[in-house]
Amino acid sequence: MNITRLLTASTALVATATIASAESHVEMANEMTIVSWGGAYQESQLKAYVEPYQEMHPEVSITWDESSAEAVAKLRAQNEAGNVTWDLVDATAADAMRLCDEGLAMEIDPDEDLAPAPDGTPASEDFGEEMLVSDCFIPQIAYSYTFGYRNDVAEWDGKEPTSVCDVFDTETFPGQRSLEKRPHNNLEWALICDGVPYEEVYDVLETEEGQDRAFAKLDTIKDETIWWSSGADTPQLLADGEVVFGSTYNGRLFSLIVEQDQPVNMMWDTQSYDLDGWIIPEGLDEASLARVKDFLYFATDTQRLADQAKYISYGPARKSSAPLVGEHAELGIDMAPHMPTNPENSKGAFVQNYEWWADYRDDLDAKFQAWLAQ
Amino acid sequence: MTDSATTPPSQPMAVLPGGEVTEDGPMLAADGRPLKHSLNRALRREKLRAFLLVSPLLIFILVAFVAPIAEMLFRSVENQIVSETLPRTVVALREDQNLPEEAPGEPVYEALYTDLFIAAEYKSHTRLGSRLNYEQTGLSSLFRGTGRDVGRFDTDIYTDQFIEAEPALEDPVAWSNWMADEEIRAALPQTADVWDAWVKLTVEANEDDPLEEDVEDFVYAALYRDLANGAAPAGFPDVDVSGFETVSIKALFEESDEDWVDPQIWQVIETYSPAYTDGYFLNSIDMMNGPDGDAQMRPDDERIYLKLFWRTMWMSLAITFSCIVLGYPIAYLLSTLPLRSANVLMILVLLPFWTSLLVRTSAWKVLLQQQGVINDTLVWLGIVSDANRLTLINNATGTMIAMTHILLPFMILPLYSVMKTIPPSYMRAAKSMGANDWTAFWRVFFPLSIPGIGAGSILAFILSIGYYITPEIVGGTSGVFISNRIAYHISSSLNWGLAAALGSILLALVLTLYWLYDRIVGIDNVKLGG
Repeated sequence: MNITRLLTASTALVATATIASAESHVEMANEMTIVSWGGAYQESQLKAYVEPYQEMHPEVSITWDESSAEAVAKLRAQNEAGNVTWDLVDATAADAMRLCDEGLAMEIDPDEDLAPAPDGTPASEDFGEEMLVSDCFIPQIAYSYTFGYRNDVAEWDGKEPTSVCDVFDTETFPGQRSLEKRPHNNLEWALICDGVPYEEVYDVLETEEGQDRAFAKLDTIKDETIWWSSGADTPQLLADGEVVFGSTYNGRLFSLIVEQDQPVNMMWDTQSYDLDGWIIPEGLDEASLARVKDFLYFATDTQRLADQAKYISYGPARKSSAPLVGEHAELGIDMAPHMPTNPENSKGAFVQNYEWWADYRDDLDAKFQAWLAQ
Repeated sequence: MTDSATTPPSQPMAVLPGGEVTEDGPMLAADGRPLKHSLNRALRREKLRAFLLVSPLLIFILVAFVAPIAEMLFRSVENQIVSETLPRTVVALREDQNLPEEAPGEPVYEALYTDLFIAAEYKSHTRLGSRLNYEQTGLSSLFRGTGRDVGRFDTDIYTDQFIEAEPALEDPVAWSNWMADEEIRAALPQTADVWDAWVKLTVEANEDDPLEEDVEDFVYAALYRDLANGAAPAGFPDVDVSGFETVSIKALFEESDEDWVDPQIWQVIETYSPAYTDGYFLNSIDMMNGPDGDAQMRPDDERIYLKLFWRTMWMSLAITFSCIVLGYPIAYLLSTLPLRSANVLMILVLLPFWTSLLVRTSAWKVLLQQQGVINDTLVWLGIVSDANRLTLINNATGTMIAMTHILLPFMILPLYSVMKTIPPSYMRAAKSMGANDWTAFWRVFFPLSIPGIGAGSILAFILSIGYYITPEIVGGTSGVFISNRIAYHISSSLNWGLAAALGSILLALVLTLYWLYDRIVGIDNVKLGG
């Protein structure tokens, strides 16, 4: 190929590329990579959001990537390499806040990018401030960290735990416990059971004495505690009778109790709310962004969020979705009583302060690990 | 080969291929050049060819392996983010005299105002906040919160007063003409610097045309400072600023968050303003930069890494040792059995390799937990009582057991391949000369099998020192390794600098141990195969 032909060819290429990019203002990409957690949760997203969307838009093909657990680190690496390959990422609220801080996630305008409620309430009000915890975060569900306990422990003489503080009562409720191997929730529960009112927990935890107080309370059960790092640990430990109490995500306990019918009960008291939702990575090209926004508008509307609750016991993030929550898709049981957001369950709920944790994570994690290693 | 080529001719006189005899001169080759040179040249060519042949692999290793690792390790000292995000503040802070007793003076806050305003537009202030939060808790939300406020700071009083005094100052086109004039720039240094930053910001971050945008308040604030300093450049509108109403930027920051007047915050920013830092390395050995700039130990309740390094080392050694103890008899058995039965046993040794690591580790959970198979059997046999079941998992014991199992094949295979090469006749010879079984083994067979132990030990030790997933699953709190913390900092806390520092130390430790091993045992004594 001589130089002239090469030049002509490349000019033609550039010209086509220009035309293509000019058209992309209206065109949407037909491929989308969605990052999620895998397992039952991803399945619920597939059933409630993706399959109905693909029915409307058969030309769209979706690739799943089960990397949400390492989403922050991987997105950062992709961003540094200048090659972001993800279009939409499912992340917890804390991760979304970090991604936003790092400039790795796009800021969104809820009222413009998300559908209003059926009665016309704008999305920002329908979700509410307590859900829209970061400028980049599009909430999907509220889940919670709750305790499950064995209901067949002979040593308990028929007594049943009713409060999270019974976890710290090894006299009345002997046996091993399982807690998460990180400071979140554990320190809050310890302080609450040490007599600190909900609204003062973070003020107390900010001080050196408050932290010592929380660790001292945890010290009382340290010898009886198995520390978990994967969400599947507590259900397994409870099912095997290895522990009598265990904290984990409420959805995991739901499947242990309802779907697998194990002798375990749910304790909703002082459940600690956490949120999960979407973020859009920074740096998408226009066609991909247009597709992602179109999908999100659909997937986060009132009906879709309510539909997801058919498949998994996590509460929809919109207020308007709550009345639409129906029955479990396979078991046919009413899902509302198993939702962390159900009024009956959320009476004693505790809400994590993400902003506070963003500041204190590093410090308290070092202290927590040092405490564990002692 | 190299030796023989460079050895000087031992005799002064020699016969050359041509039959020519030289006296006392250097030995010459057929072409008349000194033989030494010819040989060297041939050798060089040979070396070059060999080098070219391996160069594709070499380049691949350099690009795909060495460079990324070096790049990652470099992060352990890298710290440009502070001086890149807050360039003016860092300079102003250096000239400030107030620290460490009290908060810096107004010029530092003026510089911070400009820097933070620009950083907030680029959204890089939160990234800096999370970086500094590793050193001082609370800086993350301080930067996030003030980054939100800084665009609404009440500095527009300068803008309003300037425009009122001289309407031409509102016009961005006029501004760009003034700012193109070298004399004006020299007379108004702060304004010129801030103007350039604003133009860059408008074009890059906002993708607007600066000639059509309203000039930002911080440019007027800088102009006020220049003019208040007595500058009066020719060609620039003559505005008398002496009667201007002023505003303290320090007070505005204090209003946004009172932490901004806390000298401790500024101490941290100053300590971490150089482009390179030892902070990550200090952190990885449980130290920190103290308030007076000296390195000091962290408080007792935050020390973890030295403990973890030590634990990683001794547990890896213990795991290697138990692999030797368990693997040696198996390898011996394999090497002495007839080939047919040895092969069957070999498959059993290799079987774990074909099973997922996670499955194997999870299986240990079922076996070892207190309500698990082993404890149940022991209770059933009456060896332990129901109330005192053994704690075999979620502690160091669990890690040792599971890791020994996983690393055992790495010990058995090199041992087996070395033992296979020891002729059985040696043992027979020893016995025929009167040695009993034990003496024959200990004096003849064992010394010959040492290279296998060496190879297996190096493999098992180096693998276990960097192991991550098994300790994470079965290690509980007392059985986790330093690699678990590295993984945590890479994927959860995003403190890649600290992870890189921990990784560098681990690498240095392994290399030191390898060097020690070479000095004591000798790396020539390691055999991976027959």
